Amino acid sequence: MSDRSGINDFVVRFANVNGTGSASANTMFAKTIFRMGVPVSAKNIFPSNIQGLPTWYEVRVNGEGHIGRREGVNLMISVNPQSMYQDLKNTMSGGYFMYDSTWPMPREKRREDVHFLEIPLMQLSNEHFEDPRFRQLFKNIIYVGACATLLNMDREVIVGLLRDQFPGKEKVIEKNVKALDLGMEYAKTHWEYPLPFHVTPLDMTQGKIMIDGNTACGLGAVYAGATVMAWYPITPSTSVADAFEKYCKQLRVDPETGKNKFAILQAEDELAAIGIVIGANWNGARAFTATSGPGVSLMNEFIGLAYFAEIPTVLIDVQRTGPSTGMPTRTQQSDVMLGFYASHGDTKHVLLFPSTPTECFEMTATAFDLADRLQTPVLLMTDLDLGMNDHMSDPLTWDADKQYDKGKVLSAEDLDQMETFGRYLDVDEDGITYRTIPGTHPSKGSFFTRGTSRDELARYTEDGAAYVRNMDRLLKKWETAKSLVPSPQFYPDPSGAEVGLIFFGTTTDSALEAMSVLRNEGMSVDGMRLKATPFSQAVLDFILDHKTIFVIEQNRDGQMRSVLINELEVDPQKVISVLNYDGFPITAVHITRHIRQHLPHPQSASAKAL
Amino acid sequence: MSYKRPAFRHPDAAINEIGFHQKDYEGALSTLCAGCGHDSISAAIIQACFELSIPPHRIAKISGIGCSSKTPTYFLANSHGFNSVHGRMPSVATGAVMANKDLTYIGVSGDGDTASIGMGQFAHVVRRNLNMVYIVMNNGCYGLTKGQDSATADVGSSGKAGVPTMFSSIDLAGLALELGAGFVARSFSGDKNQLIPLIKAGISHDGFALIDVLSPCVTFNNTKSSTKSYTYVRDHMESTSIADFVPVKKEITASVQPGESKTIEMHDGSKISLSSIAEGWDPKDRLSAINAIHKASLEGEVLTGLLYIDAAQPPVHKLLNTVDAPLNSLQERDLVPSQEALEEINMGFR
Ligand SMILES: Cc1ncc(C[n+]2csc(CCOP(=O)(O)OP(=O)(O)O)c2C)c(N)n1
Ligand code: SF4
Ligand SMILES: [Mg+2]
Repeated sequence: MSDRSGINDFVVRFANVNGTGSASANTMFAKTIFRMGVPVSAKNIFPSNIQGLPTWYEVRVNGEGHIGRREGVNLMISVNPQSMYQDLKNTMSGGYFMYDSTWPMPREKRREDVHFLEIPLMQLSNEHFEDPRFRQLFKNIIYVGACATLLNMDREVIVGLLRDQFPGKEKVIEKNVKALDLGMEYAKTHWEYPLPFHVTPLDMTQGKIMIDGNTACGLGAVYAGATVMAWYPITPSTSVADAFEKYCKQLRVDPETGKNKFAILQAEDELAAIGIVIGANWNGARAFTATSGPGVSLMNEFIGLAYFAEIPTVLIDVQRTGPSTGMPTRTQQSDVMLGFYASHGDTKHVLLFPSTPTECFEMTATAFDLADRLQTPVLLMTDLDLGMNDHMSDPLTWDADKQYDKGKVLSAEDLDQMETFGRYLDVDEDGITYRTIPGTHPSKGSFFTRGTSRDELARYTEDGAAYVRNMDRLLKKWETAKSLVPSPQFYPDPSGAEVGLIFFGTTTDSALEAMSVLRNEGMSVDGMRLKATPFSQAVLDFILDHKTIFVIEQNRDGQMRSVLINELEVDPQKVISVLNYDGFPITAVHITRHIRQHLPHPQSASAKAL
Repeated sequence: MSYKRPAFRHPDAAINEIGFHQKDYEGALSTLCAGCGHDSISAAIIQACFELSIPPHRIAKISGIGCSSKTPTYFLANSHGFNSVHGRMPSVATGAVMANKDLTYIGVSGDGDTASIGMGQFAHVVRRNLNMVYIVMNNGCYGLTKGQDSATADVGSSGKAGVPTMFSSIDLAGLALELGAGFVARSFSGDKNQLIPLIKAGISHDGFALIDVLSPCVTFNNTKSSTKSYTYVRDHMESTSIADFVPVKKEITASVQPGESKTIEMHDGSKISLSSIAEGWDPKDRLSAINAIHKASLEGEVLTGLLYIDAAQPPVHKLLNTVDAPLNSLQERDLVPSQEALEEINMGFR
């Protein structure tokens, strides 16, 4: 791979043992660059384990604002003896390899094409810190210090971060600064610095925040007025519940009584979690759950019930890789089919695809409005990469005047003015009918909720014609949904293109980078970012208007491609998959490579000839 | 197809304290088999709610799947109902109670619905002390799927198919006691004098109340060899006591029967008066209840009546410390944090 790395353009990977407190040091590293105004992305690659296995933290610095993952590690910080040789192997030719030389690496095992940066981290830490409990932690700060020198990072910014992290704890700050300086000094006295690639301050992160998608989802649910949450622990969705709880405790406790304006239940399993959500929404509270693929599988029966019984249901699916243990702590977009067609009988669902934490926040709120408006399950499809990694994104904003869209809910006064209330009567002819909340009116509006077998007045029937009428009305509702869900975002090529790229969610950053690379090479490409199902006319038009379509996604079977073809009945021949499913976030290089393979164009052909 | 009963009311028909007739608590005409125990339980629920003078629209009835779970259609037509999915009534009820703690919740389930597919949810709804009455219409078989054994069928008992049950049975009342339930009772669909006061007491109990009601399936499990038949239950019923439910304002006038008697004060001020109390049983002693259940079962008897009560166990909304207003009544002004709060949160991520 050619190395275009340089000033504000490089990748650093930290190799740690999980459970050793490296996370906060690594985050500090990324945040420092962020506070220096330089776009940065940081990704955790961690095992399904609590202590003792390798973890990696990969930071990409890019002054042009490309924050998708990039292959090729310029600087490897290897502080895990277990993965050391693997880490060395994964360092780019011409790159730098920093490791803990308390235990020196034998000469014969080294690589000639990699620069070695030896620093006795453990030894330094042991020499300068008394308390054995902190030696491990300060070892991490020492390597951050070494990096600071090598990469021209601003010491004052790091100290500022420490002050923010430990407000008022002068002793702790002092010790951390000591460790930081140890690392910085060691680098100054032992190595040439800065490295050819390093950081130069910019002002491209003004006003931005670094936040993970799960925190943003949890906060979104607080602002959207969710009062009930039920969940069952599963990586990578657990931190949605954690965030919701944290901010509820902070923002939703009645100051006078000390009582909670929320109820959070850790249920016995995902079946119960979704059952609780359905029961609460049926009874007029905004309720939601967060889970991952295995949980969605378990929830399938209930999702169908909510679809047929027309109960608003909000489900956040933080997608991960496959079942059981092992790869599940890696990212994927492999629940598209599972989510879209969830359950038995004829079902299809409204899905939302956020691609940034800001959108996680906003779309969580949108999910509640849509679920209430459409009286149906809405699945927010995020993933591990978006959910558990910090992403540079716009600050979260909320319109103070915003009113929730609670949809067609009848009050006692409404009922008093009505001749007949029919729970499933399509009065407005948009497929959406009026509902009542239990306990509303002494003599009107009560009805019996069932899955199928009911007529327009919610009376039990096994009449096939009534069933068909109902199913057709649900289709009409689906049509209505098309005009209510977020519209796709377009990235048109000014010169007009025959090639269109379709992407969604966390594929976006790399897809946009790939587009700019391809355009720079002289290729015309249009882009469309899907934000939701059902697909609107605009989505169909985009596909019809292009000769070749690439659908870029992170799963093996091209699930979004299948759903597009199935729903829009477009010609499958012209819709080509670009897939990545190794558990690592997709990269622009991966995308461009695949597109070029399918579509040799003058530039890349001549490039090859050179 | 079911249909509403004619709305005709007899001029002398009784009216309860809030002006409702008994008819106002009835439901659609049942489509269950004639003689099915479940229908008698529906009638008892109607009677109990009428006598307790609960406005019908303030009751929510939630069920799973089964003949038993169909019954909410046949009582309380003016209440909201939810026929959910098999074995999952407890979770739907949990959500409903979370949303609005002020309604009366009646959960209806079967022995298949509760003791097999729904066992996990049953156990956990007990642990949560959800404020609801959980009625199991227990016939020892799967009625709706045509008579298979359920997990409450006793070893050696056989229904219409004639094959004796091999595996040991689950006693739902015993299990609920084990799991810490604050109100546990067992009754028989054929004994409305016992059942109605128990339902009333269960509704008045501030917390989770289980009533395991033996309810013969006349079509599949009313055989000579079944321990859940009308004859068997009638012949082997023992009771802990005779319970009478006394609403808040009324004085206890029930004539005291021979044997010991006791009055239990409920959370809302109503009382249960117990007479003819069985020897060695104390309604407030969990261990004595567990013992009594085991002892009866060893003797092939069915112990009924109130089995255990602890009126002081904190219900779920106390445990979760939720506000006094139902959560579903909170509006934007109660729920949306300030702009400054969000600004501060943003600052924390810079
Ligand atoms: C997931 C699922 N599995 C199986 C069934 C089929 N099913 C319907 S009712 C029932 C058993 C009901 O038995 P019980 O709860 O004892 O009710 P009863 O009919 O005896 O009153 C079964 C297995 C179902 N509806 N859903
Ligand atoms: S099959 Fe059994 S349980 Fe079902 S309605 Fe008939 S008698 Fe009742
Ligand atoms: Mg049964």
